[in-house]
Amino acid sequence: MALSSAILKKALHRNSVSGARSISSWWRSVEPAPKDPILGVTEAYLADPSPEKVNVGVGAYRDDNGKPVVLECVREAERRIAGNLNMEYLPMGGSVKMVEETLKLAYGENSEFIKDKSIAAVQALSGTGACRLFADFQKRFSPESQIYIPVPTWANHHNIWRDAQVPQRTFHYYHPESRGLDFAGLMDDVKNAPNGSFFLLHACAHNPTGVDPSEEQWREISYQFKVKGHFAFFDMAYQGFASGDPERDAKAIRIFLEDGHHIGVAQSYAKNMGLYGQRVGCLSVLCEDEKQAVAVKSQLQLLARPMYSNPPVHGALIVSTILGDPDLKKLWLREVKGMADRIIGMRTALRENLEKLGSPLSWEHITNQIGMFCYSGMTPEQVDRLTKEFHIYMTRNGRISMAGVTTGNVGYLANAIHEVTKSA
Amino acid sequence: MRPRSTSPLVHGFSSSSSSSSTADRRLNALVRHLLVENSSSAMDSISASPTSASHGDSVFAHVVRAPEDPILGVTVAYNKDPSPVKLNLGVGAYRTEEGKPLVLNVVRKAEQQLVNDVSRVKEYLPIVGLAEFNKLSAKLILGADSPAIQENRVTTVQCLSGTGSLRVGGEFLARHYHERTIYIPLPTWGNHTKVFTLAGLSVKTYRYYDPASRGLNFQGLLEDLGSAPSGAIVLLHACAHNPTGVDPTLEQWEQIRQLIRSKALLPFFDSAYQGFASGSLDADAQPVRLFAADGGECLIAQSYAKNMGLYGERVGALSIVCKTADVASRVESQLKLVIRPMYSNPPIHGASIVATILRDRDLYNEWTIELKAMADRIISMRQQLFDALRARGTPGDWSHIIKQIGMFTFTGLNAEQVAFMTKEYHIYMTFDGRISMAGLSSRTVPHLTDAIHAAVTHVV
Repeated sequence: MALSSAILKKALHRNSVSGARSISSWWRSVEPAPKDPILGVTEAYLADPSPEKVNVGVGAYRDDNGKPVVLECVREAERRIAGNLNMEYLPMGGSVKMVEETLKLAYGENSEFIKDKSIAAVQALSGTGACRLFADFQKRFSPESQIYIPVPTWANHHNIWRDAQVPQRTFHYYHPESRGLDFAGLMDDVKNAPNGSFFLLHACAHNPTGVDPSEEQWREISYQFKVKGHFAFFDMAYQGFASGDPERDAKAIRIFLEDGHHIGVAQSYAKNMGLYGQRVGCLSVLCEDEKQAVAVKSQLQLLARPMYSNPPVHGALIVSTILGDPDLKKLWLREVKGMADRIIGMRTALRENLEKLGSPLSWEHITNQIGMFCYSGMTPEQVDRLTKEFHIYMTRNGRISMAGVTTGNVGYLANAIHEVTKSA
Repeated sequence: MRPRSTSPLVHGFSSSSSSSSTADRRLNALVRHLLVENSSSAMDSISASPTSASHGDSVFAHVVRAPEDPILGVTVAYNKDPSPVKLNLGVGAYRTEEGKPLVLNVVRKAEQQLVNDVSRVKEYLPIVGLAEFNKLSAKLILGADSPAIQENRVTTVQCLSGTGSLRVGGEFLARHYHERTIYIPLPTWGNHTKVFTLAGLSVKTYRYYDPASRGLNFQGLLEDLGSAPSGAIVLLHACAHNPTGVDPTLEQWEQIRQLIRSKALLPFFDSAYQGFASGSLDADAQPVRLFAADGGECLIAQSYAKNMGLYGERVGALSIVCKTADVASRVESQLKLVIRPMYSNPPIHGASIVATILRDRDLYNEWTIELKAMADRIISMRQQLFDALRARGTPGDWSHIIKQIGMFTFTGLNAEQVAFMTKEYHIYMTFDGRISMAGLSSRTVPHLTDAIHAAVTHVV
């Protein structure tokens, strides 16, 4: 080591000579980036010292004590995994077992497409990674296409397709006056889009509004998509979490499949299995036959390899352990229903509280909407007041994460909302 | 047109049909319309005119099957081979003497700690990853007493192993750096070009490997970097160059550093084997520390895949050493904008294992011992293979096997010889003649020796 320290000494000595210090930074012109609107909320919440603070910002489930939850089925799966398996690289397409089980959830346990092997599917980095991989694939293989994104949508959707360099258009979705679905506007946009356009659809529990089309409306949308030859890409981040029943939550997808659409699907286990930080998800693209599915899958892998080579194994092992064991799977279904039920209960409680306070506004939408989020209809200014005066944290679009609402804070929350909206 | 009597009407319209004419599309629509009339599908009741887009193949019908990844494809082929004497010297994953994958004891301990800690949750990490992991990783590569760290000039973000770190770094450079060209050594890891190209950079090469000596082409390296435009990015393998195993000496590194700084080139280190090359974490980090010590800026991609055996967990870190703390903070905020639309935030499990080990003095020491044992086994395999080839009298100078360092040996065998060895001896390696020493054992050295001998004497 004497040699190396001698060289290091010389190098430090040479500083002034070789001029490294005199060159200014290459990054002087780098602007500070804006904070992520969603994740930035939690950062602000954590920094707040107030004992009354409430975090209804990011969509991560909390129990009635406001604590994060690790599902029992997950704990058990981890106990089985730890110490038993090696950590070798997964194939580029990820865990085959996990992908198989995941497709069953979206396409149906006995789906003919699974039997025919006509689905190209790869493990992805949760929902984000699945969407990004699809966007990159869309750019490469449908380079003239655009993506139609609902208004509003999860903010990161715009970032994903932008970074994939796919041009974006929007379509009407949320109807502010009714705090429901702008079905007429949606159908108009579907009809007016050029034939063969790509559409991003939320399969259930629309984020951020919680407003989903009814089954009849989904059938109409599917029909119109057929007429127009549109491509439907479903982002399904809340299967099981919306109604408590995964089969019911997949209804929109099943309708499209029945109608013969070749869809794409992004699935995530972040919320419904509580595996947030593990980044487990799946991207699937329904093809015409096995041969095409093999080709498409190989191309998806070609996109994944220069991004992260192969996906992380741990989360995938948890998923396949749970879904591959009938008892664990039953336990999971019970726990998912439990989470969904608690949220539905909180919706009812929040609405009742607001009505009891004599709010002049209608809060029906709180119980009409579904899933983790409630689009309250509050303005950014009202949200700012909630934060400043009541230490309540949510995104400025008025989106409330119902998962952050508990029997302990629902009264406080209702009060605060009433205060900032009563003169609206 | 394939008749579609079994499936309901298939819809979709190839929107990227720059190659198919309008007439073709109308014709196709017409043909499918005729098929609809013959089909007994219940979906027939949906009427649509021949010129609507209701019929159609998948929008991705034109997608052709991609070639196998040259490196990962080797394992695919190996798995298919039924031969009992098959040997996988392809992908760089460590194997024990028994040919088994290895999970380090210290990793198992860390895992147990994590599992037993019921207070642990699985929440999202921040976009930049696990903070403690980031700090410890920066210390690991730069040294605990690094002035750059003490002065808060280093921003470190957790990424998906080495690949992810390189990709995020590349995307950042493509967006914020004034030079869009990166120089990579010839040869280099097969995935480097794709990673940087997709990140938005253009890739050029600099001479590195000298086939004649099976060592470093130092003159060529200096010339090529010397004629690079000022400010260009230079990819450097921190140690244990992949695929050649040929590293510059420390004196040569110092010359490289001077050249790079004098031309204001931007160094980007790929550190995938720290501790794995010589067995010492500090020794293997010297080249990086040389650069960080001179006050200049650089990027560093770290991987824990090999040195902690965490391959599939995808644990790594990207560090950017900046001039000032203020710059570092702004750079970090921009890195987040690259990461968020890629995967939002990194996976928690592997990083937690690493942090558990690095923060605990006993676990850390245990790790260094296990790491050295892996490195030593590889060094001993090198010696054994070299001795065996010499004893066999195999033509050629095989001293490069013991001169090269790290997981790989660039044998110097050509593609035909490699194909021969696969076909006749069931030995799997990448077609550039790179073998993973980690895949060898005392038991399999004779078989490999036979194969090399046969290849060299029968195939030219």
